[in-house]
Amino acid sequence: MPDSKVSDSSPQFQKEGFILKKYFQQEIECMPHEKIRELQNEKFLKQVRHVWEDVPYYRAKMQEKGLTPNDIKSLDDLHKLPFLTKDDLRKAYPYGLMGRPLKDCVRIQSTSGTTGQRVVAFYTLHDIHIWEEMCARAIVAAGGSDEDVVQVSYGYGLFTGGPGLNGGSHLLGSLTIPTSSGNTDRQIMFIKDLSATILCCTPSYAAFIGERMKEMGMKPDDIPLKAGIFGAEAWSEAMRRDIEATMGIKAYDIYGLTELCGPGVSFECEDQHGMHINEDYFVAEIIDPKTGEVLPEGSLGELVFTTLDKEAFPLLRYRTRDITSLSHEACPCGRTHVRMSRLKGRTDDMLIIRGVNVFPSQIETVLINKGYPANYQIIVDRVNNTDTLDVRVEMTPEMFTDNLGEVNKKQAELVDGLKSMLGLKAKVTLVAPKTIVRSEGKAVRVIDNRKI
Amino acid sequence: MSVKQISVFLENRPGCLHEMTQALANAKIDLRGLSLAETSDFGIVRLIVDDVLNTATVLKDAGFVASLTDVLAVEVPNVPGGLNKVLGILNSTGVNVEYMYAILGNKKSESAYMIFRVNDNGKAASALELENVTILDQATLSEL
Repeated sequence: MPDSKVSDSSPQFQKEGFILKKYFQQEIECMPHEKIRELQNEKFLKQVRHVWEDVPYYRAKMQEKGLTPNDIKSLDDLHKLPFLTKDDLRKAYPYGLMGRPLKDCVRIQSTSGTTGQRVVAFYTLHDIHIWEEMCARAIVAAGGSDEDVVQVSYGYGLFTGGPGLNGGSHLLGSLTIPTSSGNTDRQIMFIKDLSATILCCTPSYAAFIGERMKEMGMKPDDIPLKAGIFGAEAWSEAMRRDIEATMGIKAYDIYGLTELCGPGVSFECEDQHGMHINEDYFVAEIIDPKTGEVLPEGSLGELVFTTLDKEAFPLLRYRTRDITSLSHEACPCGRTHVRMSRLKGRTDDMLIIRGVNVFPSQIETVLINKGYPANYQIIVDRVNNTDTLDVRVEMTPEMFTDNLGEVNKKQAELVDGLKSMLGLKAKVTLVAPKTIVRSEGKAVRVIDNRKI
Repeated sequence: MSVKQISVFLENRPGCLHEMTQALANAKIDLRGLSLAETSDFGIVRLIVDDVLNTATVLKDAGFVASLTDVLAVEVPNVPGGLNKVLGILNSTGVNVEYMYAILGNKKSESAYMIFRVNDNGKAASALELENVTILDQATLSEL
């Protein structure tokens, strides 16, 4: 099915003129909401049937609730289905959630294990194909075409970042530079020498590359990059502006998780105001993470996905632990697919400090707004039964003076800024430059030493 | 008539100062004076050296954050009341001394040498010169 989709749409693009093309698959990406809902409904019933028949683990969960596929008559019954959690993935590891025999599968990808739990996901050729299609949509939404040179500086291998964007770039027909992560000077050399126009990596690595460029005395005009597609971790609007200024590019957010395929589940368009979720492949819900209750559109809560077209690893009502909100408001870009707001954080990232919810992205916003680098580390501890929050920030030449009082003043400003953002007092420790470890993949921002 | 002082940011942890002096020693930088100001988690070292440009480069390459400041290197008569006289002149001109410290002089010299970080170098320098207090320039300082 997906093969025909691509061959159908490609000549159409050529007719319209490839360079001016705004969408990879206009018909799907701009389909009226009611029609998407219809399509979703049809695919959803098939996917439920597929899971019921081929995934005994989930069938048992449905039976526990006294459900059979006959109770699920349309998407309106979605809320009746049981949730899947990371814990289920752990229990069912490695083959328990598979929807196809191993011989039908062609690929395995795995998570970086940042949350302590490694996930192994399986793909048929069809699954790989729809994933690459979503990544191609993301690249086009970031202004890419077959005229572009896409440098993929996400890690390759088990991590989905590299393979996903690599596949999307191929499908689109862009020249792909598979640099993978690491060796930053070589990254910059390739961008420059091979005229890369689109960079794909984690936002923290993009910031690092930008920092290195500055050190090398390079200005935004010295490199041909026009856009960046950055994801795999939560980042702030302030960090976006910072990267955009340093590299002279437009920076686009992209979202995904290995459990669902990888990057590309949702992506930003030129409007840079929320990420369009590929609704022909997923149904998204927002729930209250405590009660599991579905929340109305616009509410902030935990994002839950139901796959609609997955063969090897179909997941119904998978709880992502990511905190965001959804909006069906019309987007100026013309895409009709629902938008999710910039990630507020992960329920796992959220720190509860002295009873206050704190997300690392809030701390990042304060730092960048005050002119500090996005390289920081948050150390949480418990001293005499009280939580302590220590934000370690690197000293920069711009903020350093010979005068102790002035440096102290800047430190105090930062403490004040954090206090008004978080509503609690944090200690700010200024550390020597380059002492906070740079990340080429996902950054380790939080060290929680509390023993509770 | 001012000279360049190099200030360096240091974390307040064991070995930090030594890492810096090691970098300077490796580059054969001659220290003429040093003062350290500290808080509970960081410190600022102020240095007077024989080769400012080289020192700045060495520190940057070693990963330190450093900045240059214009300060006055003043010859203070090595007699009781010598410093008092200099401070008296500065006081009467309304110049504020932010910090000061002594630096190495010539062993045979009759004078002591002090670095003054003031809020107005020009005003301080002309007042001191009017009272025949010697202010060292960079070349003289390097030859001490």
